[in-house]
Amino acid sequence: MTDASAARSKPASPLRDIWSQFRSHKGAVFGLCVLGFLIVAVLIGPWLWVPEKLTVAQAIKLKNQGPSFRFPLGTDQLGRDMLGRMLLAGRISLAVGMVAMTIAIVFGTLIGILAGYFRRLDGPLMRLADMFLALPLIPLLLVMVMLFRDRIASLIGPELGAFTLIVCAIGITSWMATSRIVRGEVLTLKEREYVIAARSIGVRPKRIILRHILPNVVSPVMVAATLGVADAIITESVLSFLGLGFPPDFPTWGRLLYDGLQYMQVYPERVVWPGLAISLTVLSVNYIGDGLRDALDPRIRGR
Amino acid sequence: MLTFTLRRLLLAIPILLVISLVIFLLVDLAPGSPMAEIPLTVPPDVRQKMIEALGADQPVFVRYLLWLKQFFWIEPMTLYDGWFGTSIVEGQQRILSWQSRSPVFTIIGQRLPQTLIVVGTAYLVGIMIALPIGIYSAYRQYSFFDQVGTLFAMIGFSVPTFFSGTLLIIIFAVWLGWFPTKYDTMLEVTDWQSFLQQVKQMALPVMTLGLANAATISRYMRSSMLDNMTMDYVRTARAKGMDEKVVVLRHVLRNSLIPVVTVIALGIPSIFGGAIITENLFGVNGIGAALIGAIHANDLPMVQTLAFIFAVLIVLFNLIADILYGLLDPRIRYD
Amino acid sequence: MKLKTLLLGAAAAFALAPAAHAERGTDGEVKLTFPQAVSIMNPYLTGGTKDIYAASMVLEPLAGLTPEGVLIPKLVTEIPTKENGGISEDMTSITWKLLPDLKWSDGTAVTADDAVFTWQYCTDPAGGCSQATKYEGVASVEAVDASTIKVTFSGPKANPYTAFVSALAPLLQKKQFEACLGAAAPTCTDANNMPVGTGPFMVTGFTVNDTVQMAANPNYRDPAKPAFATAVIKGGGDAEGSARAVMETGEFDYAWNTQIPPETQESMKAAGKGEFVVAFGTLVERIEMNTTDPDPALPEGERATAKHPHPILSDIKVRTALSKAIDRSILVEVGYGAGGKPTCNVIPGPEGWASDNEGCIAQDMEGAKALLDEAGWKDSDGDGIRDKDGKKLHILYQTTVNPIRQDFQALIKDWWTELGVDVELKAIDPGVFFGGDPGSPDTFQKFYADVEMYANNSESPDPESYLGQYQCKNAPSPETQWQGENINRFCTPEYDALYATLATTTDIAARQEIAKKLNDMVTKDSMIVVPLVHRGTLSAHSNSLGGVQINAWDSEMWNAADWFRVK
Repeated sequence: MTDASAARSKPASPLRDIWSQFRSHKGAVFGLCVLGFLIVAVLIGPWLWVPEKLTVAQAIKLKNQGPSFRFPLGTDQLGRDMLGRMLLAGRISLAVGMVAMTIAIVFGTLIGILAGYFRRLDGPLMRLADMFLALPLIPLLLVMVMLFRDRIASLIGPELGAFTLIVCAIGITSWMATSRIVRGEVLTLKEREYVIAARSIGVRPKRIILRHILPNVVSPVMVAATLGVADAIITESVLSFLGLGFPPDFPTWGRLLYDGLQYMQVYPERVVWPGLAISLTVLSVNYIGDGLRDALDPRIRGR
Repeated sequence: MLTFTLRRLLLAIPILLVISLVIFLLVDLAPGSPMAEIPLTVPPDVRQKMIEALGADQPVFVRYLLWLKQFFWIEPMTLYDGWFGTSIVEGQQRILSWQSRSPVFTIIGQRLPQTLIVVGTAYLVGIMIALPIGIYSAYRQYSFFDQVGTLFAMIGFSVPTFFSGTLLIIIFAVWLGWFPTKYDTMLEVTDWQSFLQQVKQMALPVMTLGLANAATISRYMRSSMLDNMTMDYVRTARAKGMDEKVVVLRHVLRNSLIPVVTVIALGIPSIFGGAIITENLFGVNGIGAALIGAIHANDLPMVQTLAFIFAVLIVLFNLIADILYGLLDPRIRYD
Repeated sequence: MKLKTLLLGAAAAFALAPAAHAERGTDGEVKLTFPQAVSIMNPYLTGGTKDIYAASMVLEPLAGLTPEGVLIPKLVTEIPTKENGGISEDMTSITWKLLPDLKWSDGTAVTADDAVFTWQYCTDPAGGCSQATKYEGVASVEAVDASTIKVTFSGPKANPYTAFVSALAPLLQKKQFEACLGAAAPTCTDANNMPVGTGPFMVTGFTVNDTVQMAANPNYRDPAKPAFATAVIKGGGDAEGSARAVMETGEFDYAWNTQIPPETQESMKAAGKGEFVVAFGTLVERIEMNTTDPDPALPEGERATAKHPHPILSDIKVRTALSKAIDRSILVEVGYGAGGKPTCNVIPGPEGWASDNEGCIAQDMEGAKALLDEAGWKDSDGDGIRDKDGKKLHILYQTTVNPIRQDFQALIKDWWTELGVDVELKAIDPGVFFGGDPGSPDTFQKFYADVEMYANNSESPDPESYLGQYQCKNAPSPETQWQGENINRFCTPEYDALYATLATTTDIAARQEIAKKLNDMVTKDSMIVVPLVHRGTLSAHSNSLGGVQINAWDSEMWNAADWFRVK
């Protein structure tokens, strides 16, 4: 209580202000809770839920079971516990989704702002974006993996190496849309009165960008980020499908979804669980994005 | 504006040349060989002979120059010959696919209509669904309609098309039996009957793709509308007692379209590029299915040509998007 | 052989009695679907099975093979043998007699010149003919008269039935392909896509990698066949989609290569619209053991070459233990169902050629553990992984990306972990794995792993060329640009010597004995190759399509002329 009153008496710090606005957004809080739950579940879940050790012969007899007390999410075609696999898979998928999205967004926003704000950079940077858009994705990924996999693996080990390579590969092949959109926004913002005013009184470009431009491109960036998470999780499954992702004994949500596809008609729950997990993640990231956008918008925040 | 357009068009030529070289090197460097789909029962020396017959053993720059010549001289002239009955490049080798030994442009000619019809329709359907949903969702933010729309959109883009397509097949083809699962590319629309058949076979792929497209575009539309709804000019317009319809559809919409136009324009090359997974799933013999097949078979001439045409379209539509910015927002100046 | 052929023909005719009364072209359209689309209709310019099968409905060889692996005449009066004088006493030539009044689909006569031309077409050094092995050892092909073809070999040929036999080596029309010799071969797009043939159908429309449209050949030698007026082959999609289009939605009559999980097979059968058929050829899913050291620390050029024997797998006890720990019946149950059988042989068929070796079928985990103990691999530090001289028993196990193979990897990893082996898995894109690009580290020939799993088969019932793979000289190495079929780098003088006798033995029974011995040398005697599953090709046909006799030795459409609509 004292905390809150102290905060009120002080000139409110922007962060605190944003947080209180964010909290008032029901969807955002819901999103944060769901995402938090998913993260906590995949982080500590594998310790809390340890699937029983079965030999192959025992497990095979238990294949394709529906949900039960023993196997809360059922078993797969080899009799492996789906809950255990979903939890392990979530670790990788969430990490890949978040990190790759962050790389793509940071990279895309940076290039978009530079291109939109500095006219000299506009041409070269946007042509670079054109080139990346034009490159066929699969050969690009194949070449990247061929060139770097062994080198990275020898530096930081095969699993971490695969992770780094995958997030980088997804990141540098998905920043273009963000940068185009951000650039478009910046082009209009640059001609707004307040930016022109700031420029005319000699404010440095760095400050203009940080104070006036960046806060105003947050909302398209948030949409791109939401799409980015889903895209990254799905792209990872495509990579695994091409043999470019994690070793085959590492489950990911995308791969579980893909594997379940063959059994969709017979055992629909096999695609429902990973599909649900991906959708929930995307949904919660989206609501958080909505809330953040509202919270960051000074016009709304003031009300 | 005109000088800007002309300058950009001229500038595009060296850029496209660089892109073509990068694509060529990339595809060439990628592991795998055109022999990947040949059964193991074919011995190594025969494989070597086959590679030599394809010309795939030549140094990379020789093959690149040959491709340039074929793409920019022989192919256009073949078209010219075909139109005017001349024989300028008769007997000179056109770009031949390694996989099928057919001229690449013949294959593209066979496939482009399919892709344009199916993927293009899906794109139009997507936009037509997305814009109203996006506008109305933003106008009534956090209403029931908005929440349902959000959920729909989230599902739309968190579910990959290989999943939604298969799901639609099981529901509409296997259980209900309404639509066929395989697209009959030989169907010619001549009468009402065959038109209905065409609509039926397009239904599933268009639904699959349209859902994914609508999801993305509606989110951008909604977010952009929301940004503009709180602008001062909107308040002013409302204060002036303007009709709400005019405020939203005239003022807000026009200003919100800028990022959406980018997204839509950037998506248009992908219509030509086809939708790889969906085309494959439903047996639509479009460009996307050709590209993925060629990539798997390491069919370099095919991949190179398709990727390059794709690059040309991307550069072109980015230019169009830039021009549209200028038209939609007179404050943007390019000169 | 002749009597058997006649009997078979009679049996087939009897079985197809309802069709025999039918007239040509009265049964409408037959629709086929392939998971991979047809690229080209000329089998000499492609290796793809999809293309060869599609072409087999149009182009025909002189003789084909039945589902039992027995030769039957197609364009000739009878199969030449020593007894009927068709094969010379010294086995250096074979003479085929064409059927009288045989016509191409365009109405012109088929002559011996067409055969001579076909031979020239495929052996032109600039043509890159993919079926060149079919004409290997052929010194000349002559037209003795308009209907007599004499093939002369450069030496005694134990198996003279390669040239012009099976869907891989059909007859081309000289008139159509005359301008397409050598380097010009790929430029003849029209001829390659719409070849004129003698088969029951002729091509009327072709879209690359999509659809082949065919109509009944008006000049087909049997005036009552084929029963169908038109045929369509639609390609693309995946195995599951193809199977569904036949078994569940009934859009198609026949789907080739519908490899789907056993559970899904069962549920599709329940729809009651069609049935699955399996052809067992010689396709064997196997684990290959690397006899050389793939350690990345070794310099490039020495890595995975005979210079450095494998530190773990050079010991036959380890290899045997790894094989014993596997329960092949579970693998079949999980991956293939009716489409597979457990096997211990590289050559699982046809009967007569297959060894009776069944020692590996029963899993023996205790025996495997004892063998590893004996070999000196013991778990000295209690972490569950065996070690020896301070080195862990670690195995890198690679294969291609494929859902069934990933299931196999998971199961085998479990068994080997139980054994005390640390297993690392790797899955590679099949295009890269089988691509043979010497620049890629991930090809199956380079074998930068300890064990790898894939499937291979013999293209003819006689496995001579297939067994030739395991000769010393065929080992891939940097010197051969990593080309070669002996991917284990297996090398013993005994094998090479015995193989040399196979090439000169002409008596069938003796050949079969040698083949069995060679099979045992690479499998149970050395455990270099660990066969897992004898795989069949699973195809599906609708209940309304009659006359289908699935065939593993020739094209599955070998008897498309006899197909009919069940009414």
